[in-house]
Amino acid sequence: MREATIRLFRGEQGQGKTVDYTIELDEGMVVLDAVHQIQARQAPDLACRWNCKAGKCGSCSAEMNGRPGLMCMKRMDSFEEGKPLVVHPMRTFPHIKDLVTDVSWNYEVNKSIPPFRPREGQPRIAFQEDVDRVQEFRKCIECFLCQDVCHVLRDHANHARFGGPRFFVRAASLEMHPWDQGGRLGLLKDSLGIGLCNITKCCTEVCPEHITITDNAIIPLKERVVDRFFDPLKMLWRRLRGAGK
Amino acid sequence: MAEMETKEHDVIVVGAGGAGLRAAIEASAQGLSVGLVCKSLLGKAHTVMAEGGMAAALAHNRPEDNWKVHFRDTMRGGKFLNNARMALLHAQEAPDRVRELEEWGAVFDRTKDGRINQRPFGGHTYQRLAHVGDRTGLEMIRTLQDHGVHQGIAVYMECTVCHLLKDGERVAGAVAYWRSTGEFVVFRAKAVVLATGGTGKAWKVTSNSWEYTGDGHALAYLAGADLIDMEFQQFHPTGMVWPPSVRGTLVTEGVRGEGGVLRNSTGRRFMFDNIPPLFRADTADTEEEANRWVMGDRTKNRRPPELLTRDEVARAIRREVKEGRGSPHGGVFLDIASIRDPDYIRRKLPSMYHQFKELAGVDITREPMEVGPTCHYAMGGVRVDADTAASTVPGLFAAGEVAGGLHGANRLGGNSLSDLLVFGRRAGLGAAEYCKSLPSSPQIDDEQVKAAIAAALAPLGRQGENPYTIQNDLQEMMDRNVAIVRVEEELKGAVDAIQRFKGSAAKAGVGGTRTYNPGWHLALDLGNVLLCAEMVARAAWMRTESRGAHTRLDHPKSEDAWSKVNLVIRLEGKEMRIVKEPVPPLPQEFRDYVHGDKA
Repeated sequence: MREATIRLFRGEQGQGKTVDYTIELDEGMVVLDAVHQIQARQAPDLACRWNCKAGKCGSCSAEMNGRPGLMCMKRMDSFEEGKPLVVHPMRTFPHIKDLVTDVSWNYEVNKSIPPFRPREGQPRIAFQEDVDRVQEFRKCIECFLCQDVCHVLRDHANHARFGGPRFFVRAASLEMHPWDQGGRLGLLKDSLGIGLCNITKCCTEVCPEHITITDNAIIPLKERVVDRFFDPLKMLWRRLRGAGK
Repeated sequence: MAEMETKEHDVIVVGAGGAGLRAAIEASAQGLSVGLVCKSLLGKAHTVMAEGGMAAALAHNRPEDNWKVHFRDTMRGGKFLNNARMALLHAQEAPDRVRELEEWGAVFDRTKDGRINQRPFGGHTYQRLAHVGDRTGLEMIRTLQDHGVHQGIAVYMECTVCHLLKDGERVAGAVAYWRSTGEFVVFRAKAVVLATGGTGKAWKVTSNSWEYTGDGHALAYLAGADLIDMEFQQFHPTGMVWPPSVRGTLVTEGVRGEGGVLRNSTGRRFMFDNIPPLFRADTADTEEEANRWVMGDRTKNRRPPELLTRDEVARAIRREVKEGRGSPHGGVFLDIASIRDPDYIRRKLPSMYHQFKELAGVDITREPMEVGPTCHYAMGGVRVDADTAASTVPGLFAAGEVAGGLHGANRLGGNSLSDLLVFGRRAGLGAAEYCKSLPSSPQIDDEQVKAAIAAALAPLGRQGENPYTIQNDLQEMMDRNVAIVRVEEELKGAVDAIQRFKGSAAKAGVGGTRTYNPGWHLALDLGNVLLCAEMVARAAWMRTESRGAHTRLDHPKSEDAWSKVNLVIRLEGKEMRIVKEPVPPLPQEFRDYVHGDKA
């Protein structure tokens, strides 16, 4: 039987140490299988989140050899054999225990985004090409890996004045919906702080759903915010037409 | 009890999948204070994994479709054991629930003329499933979640309900623990809606997540409610079989809906050899006819036999494997690559493409998948009133998979997501009406709370068997003895084994602290899943016939006498009682088109 060593962070509220566990390897095994094997045989109190085990729910996010990803979609044979695999919780969120972090901040940000508001009286007709763009954003499984790698959050801890890529994607899915009435640009500029993003595309690279976060969501939203609030000609035009407030 | 954390609401909803969210939204819309309690984070419930779509007779792709045809399909799929009133309400209301979801922001795939597109699915006469590629459940749960958080609903995440409180006969609230701290919380409520999903974690090869330990089934049973149809457990025909890591992971029926064919090791499309008389008139009998249907000529040709109901397909696959015509890893081949072009496959089945590529190293646009049956869905559950979702315990309601009746002996694919919306809403309304009619608020009995907490704390620090070992033993036994095909001797053996497991579980022990301790949580969930396993095994033993998802090798025929009874399970004293009760009669006006050819 082939074996591997998993080096897991164990502890509560950021206090703790890494512990080595030897596991039995099986064909096709993913990192989450290894964690489950440790739970079942060696450490029943080992904390981790998971639900679907098929890349659909976004629960099992962690950092494997320093790279954030879903444990259920990362195969053990994708790592170098013979070296311990180091698994840590996501760094950007407050630690609870072992591989589990407190991601409740994300749910608070989501609540601040005004919900879908379709125009009344418009027939609910939309062609596939009209909704392709929005459907890309709606693939998001809320694994929060984009939030984890975003340096505005990860390195600068700007959680209080920055919404993060996940919520730019969410805002884009609403603003670009063919029936929505819009109205979230002020929020994006102010409390979601979209201007703080300097488009390093770390979020796009990490997204397990391959959503083109930076190019398709963030940059178009930034352009809309600039057009709305910082374009002097457009501001003048709006003032002349009496539309600007 | 002054130090206990207490939350007070009119209605507590347990479970935040499609049914729980829809119930909470409705009760809240009725002006009530609502608390939504869920074991996982919001948006991670089982609904998120649903793939193929939700069935509703919108008649966008086939103008001939209407609720009567949907009703008929549901009853035939359920082998007439369904609660006809539920099947009727479901078929009538599903289209409005889908349109409402669109008003709340869901973005479905579109037809060429810009309406919600509908795909074919097993057992549905016409193409009927509103869908988003193969991630319809994600679309549904996110839409409900994002709508719900603006309705003033209090959401309690990673909070597990472990006991229902009663005041006399009626429900008075629940005791729960926060998973992250292990501290307890008491929910005071006039009404409780159970929306906890199913019981699939009693089996090893399953598409279900850790949450599916039948909590709601067990809470209702222990609170004195009736459960029905527990012998009917759906095995989805197509789960992954290789590698071992993903054995049981769901492969959407949408693959067959999009034209995918099933072949055995000799290359034969064996479903042509497995068309039962009930569906013969609706099913193609040559590959040529089936292919013409797949390629779009759907008025003159009949559906391929791959789109028979799940019970039929699962049994047929099992037989091919058993008789030595299986694939190398003990399944059969599911082939879409030779039917559709790669772009089409990647667009309509993106997560299947991704899942096979990443986890099995199989490119489904070029080669066939290996698939086999996987435990998927509990048709049985809490017996409810069709209109209000009320259980037999005053103040206790149930909706979604935890409720029984709608699906009878076998659920049609796509009828689950629509079930969640139709009966989630009805449960929210039912609970609201009940609350408004209550003359006085129920009182919490501190002794019940103390006893529940003491029981929940017992496994912590106790020297006893590892709960993971007990769960694994139970699952392996259920896979052997209480799977697709059953015989008396094995069912009897299962009941005996479950008694032994119950003994071990009552003494199970875990180390560690109360902080986010999955071993402790499993020790508590085990009690529920063992109760559910026992209900399934006992009811399956008692039903001496084969019908829908329940196949008895020793009683291979469907018996007329059994077509008229549901098995009802309830707690009497300390005993599990199972009694036969008549299936609610089908009104004459519906009898003709359920049993006839035309709706």
